[in-house]
Amino acid sequence: MKLLLLFSLSAYPVTAVLSLLPGRRSQLSGWINPAGSMLAALLGFFPAMHALGGGAVEFQSAWSFPIGSFHLRLDALSAWFCLPMLMISALAASYGRGYMRHSGDQTSVNLHWFFFQLLSGGVYLTLMAWDAILFLIAWEVMSLSAWFLVMFDHENPTVQRAGWIYLAATQLGTAFLLIMFVMLGADGGGLDFTLFLGTSRAAGLVFIFAVLGFGAKAGFFGLHVWLPEAHPAAPSHVSGLMSGVMIKMGVYGLLRILTMLPAWAEWWGWLLIGAGAVSGLGGALFAMAQHDIKRLLAYSSVENIGIVCLGLGMGMLGFQHQCHTIALLGMAGAMLHVLNHSIFKTALFMGAGSVAHATGAREIDLLGGLQKRMPVTAAIFMLAAAAICGLPPLNGFISEMLIFLAAFRGVMLGPAPDVSVALGGIAVVVSLGLTGGLAMMCFANVFGVVFLGEARHACCEHAHEAPWSMRLPMSLLAAACVLAGLGGFWLIQLAASAAVSIHPAGMNDGAAEMLLMETAVLLKVSALALGLIVVFLLLSLARSRLLRDRDVRNVSTWGCGYASPSPRMQYTGSSFVQPALHAFRLFFRVKTSGDPPSGRLPVRARFSSYIADPWLNGFYEPLLKAAAAGAVRLRRIQHGRVHYYVLYLILALIAILIWSLH
Amino acid sequence: MISPVSISSVAAALILSPLLRSIINRTKAGFAGRQGPPWLQPYYDLIKLLRKGAVYSRTTTWIFRASPVAGLTMALGALCLTPMGGENSVLHFEGDLLLFAYMLGLWRFFTILAAMDTGSSFEGMGASREAFYSALAEPALLLGLEGLALKAQSASLSGIYAALENSVSAGGHAATLIFIMLAFLIIYLTENARIPVDDPTTHLELTMIHEVMVLDHCGVDLAIIEYAGALKLWILGLLITGLFVPIQAGATWLNLGASILCLFLLAVLVGVIESVMARFKLVKIPQLLTGAFVLAALWGVWIARTQL
Repeated sequence: MKLLLLFSLSAYPVTAVLSLLPGRRSQLSGWINPAGSMLAALLGFFPAMHALGGGAVEFQSAWSFPIGSFHLRLDALSAWFCLPMLMISALAASYGRGYMRHSGDQTSVNLHWFFFQLLSGGVYLTLMAWDAILFLIAWEVMSLSAWFLVMFDHENPTVQRAGWIYLAATQLGTAFLLIMFVMLGADGGGLDFTLFLGTSRAAGLVFIFAVLGFGAKAGFFGLHVWLPEAHPAAPSHVSGLMSGVMIKMGVYGLLRILTMLPAWAEWWGWLLIGAGAVSGLGGALFAMAQHDIKRLLAYSSVENIGIVCLGLGMGMLGFQHQCHTIALLGMAGAMLHVLNHSIFKTALFMGAGSVAHATGAREIDLLGGLQKRMPVTAAIFMLAAAAICGLPPLNGFISEMLIFLAAFRGVMLGPAPDVSVALGGIAVVVSLGLTGGLAMMCFANVFGVVFLGEARHACCEHAHEAPWSMRLPMSLLAAACVLAGLGGFWLIQLAASAAVSIHPAGMNDGAAEMLLMETAVLLKVSALALGLIVVFLLLSLARSRLLRDRDVRNVSTWGCGYASPSPRMQYTGSSFVQPALHAFRLFFRVKTSGDPPSGRLPVRARFSSYIADPWLNGFYEPLLKAAAAGAVRLRRIQHGRVHYYVLYLILALIAILIWSLH
Repeated sequence: MISPVSISSVAAALILSPLLRSIINRTKAGFAGRQGPPWLQPYYDLIKLLRKGAVYSRTTTWIFRASPVAGLTMALGALCLTPMGGENSVLHFEGDLLLFAYMLGLWRFFTILAAMDTGSSFEGMGASREAFYSALAEPALLLGLEGLALKAQSASLSGIYAALENSVSAGGHAATLIFIMLAFLIIYLTENARIPVDDPTTHLELTMIHEVMVLDHCGVDLAIIEYAGALKLWILGLLITGLFVPIQAGATWLNLGASILCLFLLAVLVGVIESVMARFKLVKIPQLLTGAFVLAALWGVWIARTQL
């Protein structure tokens, strides 16, 4: 197992370097990477399943750094996050081969593949690192290679801006992590994770720093500003990998720290429920307001991280009050949602990428009618959209159902021992219910506007179906949505063993009972789903039998008697979401501009609306500008006069002396 | 496991559900001093539609054709999970109420996509309204069910409605049940596109919600949609009637009969509401649904108070 793991891990850096070797002409790097990632996935699958079965894989060797060691450990929690990482990186690399084929000069494409493999490898190493220094190195490899990937189209000013915002956000997050690890290290007496276990004396503060540092990566609402900038800027398979895998490292990191902290406090659970509710609702609302399909998907990632947080928070509340089945249900639901989200979000990003590839447009309101021109992409996108809305029988439903069930069980406890589990249950059900409804509005809108109806703009006229190298990975992901939905009763076993590893001491008791019940429930769900699919097929057959010999005509859509409708008269995505945006107008400002039609015979009119992210424009930008202005003011003491500098030195020395005397 | 009672409750739904429309229409006719259509008119309409051919818009794709069948499938699925007369439904398990709510969601998803598939502005408008109002109705429905789950100590529809009978006859928590019932009534009117949320008989496409979404469907497809809509009236109606009847009529078969009678009374109530009210302005509907949400949430006060 150890060897398999090391081979699988080294496949990434090796293929990264290999992909730099082919020359300017050769497209070999496009083949090396999918092959490398697939090899890594094949090799890595066995250790991961072994770890999920209960046996951890460990490797330790001394290294030449003065602190820490090269200590790897794959336990059930890491292994659970490894599974989507291995799968998505292999599929994204295969998709990327088709996607990058015609993009620019080969040297930068080779470089792109180099960083792509480093990103996958960095994520993999982060998951296994059992030493704070190693963890931070892997974390930075991951974050920085993602930055290089985002900056692929580096001459474009929007991409540059996106890249800098991402870099600032990720480094700010790492700063919090540094403080956190220093605190853990000081209490634990070393930087190996084993020393951290249960030794922290300021657990609450460590938790806060973990939420801030890892939350910036995961994209909690408020810390999410880099997501809607970086995801549209990156090539689509990179967005898929970032959204499907990289942001989950924030969740992983938070959980890893939770396993180390000695005692949890009740407010941690409430903090996560609060962060989850705000992320879920905020993400769903802002996703709806977007005009750019990839920006929309980025906000939807914020929403889904919120759902994961709701599950975790509910689980922690349950754990705090000794309701171990609730704890396990919430945590297992969250774990399952991590996996599910990486499947359908990557499929959606790939679908959006195929659309952009075929039409050159990402603006939702320019597209339309692509169902007829790209039927396979459309079907995949629809399936993934239904899955992300949590609709049965797909995988999103299973994880949301488990989180809902945890909340229902919490409420059913009633006020008797302590009211907070019940109140947590109410909060989770309300926010998850509303988030689900808004998400459905958002995704019905984006699918309906982009793929259905008629083409709104000339860019769709010549759209073509994506090549098979792009279609195949997408189809596999779509199939995974269905299989993970119908096979929920099996996946929950794995998810439960990952959830137990978050706090093995308390949760082992609840595990057996919960698994027994939920496996039976999910089996019934799958059985009903299969039955209904059969009913659907039979009814469809009956319907087409009825229509077989009848008069079936094709005409134009009913327009209340108007005979020559044009595609421009279709309902747009912006109008579709307008009622919802109007109802929630308290939370954002819609900027509109345009010339209304005027005169008796109006000729031209124009209207555009834009919704800026209030966090970026209203909070971070003023804050950072103020910080920059303050820094400029500090420059006054750096004037180049040496004798003043000597004075500073002496003053500093005196200050230190006084402090040490004290 | 599957009892004859649960089978016959499904059969009753399949056979009798179109009658609910008829009752609503006759009630409205009575208020307006008209004679109204014959009792079996909805059945005649279905038979007539099933014998027709079809006209499809050139814009539409397979989604438009699959959507009515998918809706009917979901209606049948939801029917299997809905208990009637305090008896267990055909299929029941912990958490089946979530599957119930989300199957209605999948149904809506298909209806919305079929509407957008036509490329018509009107249908887009209807789809947009449907999506938004149901997004607001969803938390209210789930919250109401959560309150019932607490009372009944069960997270399954069958468990809830079986346990409520006992608790109601024991005289507990009547206030909570009434509030949740009112919330469910508002959701019922919203989901079934009745006044004051939507007017099924309006003539102007611009103001419609549900009717405009099926504007381009005809013939067999329209028959399927109408029939599935009748089933929806029945299924969601059972969620309401289960709350106040039957307070143990005694025998199981009597319970079943009483439930059907109560559904008919609910249809009369809908007819009365439609006769005495006008529909709300569209911007008022979110407020109405927020009201439903507050009603469904009131039991939370009881929990919080017990703690203080």
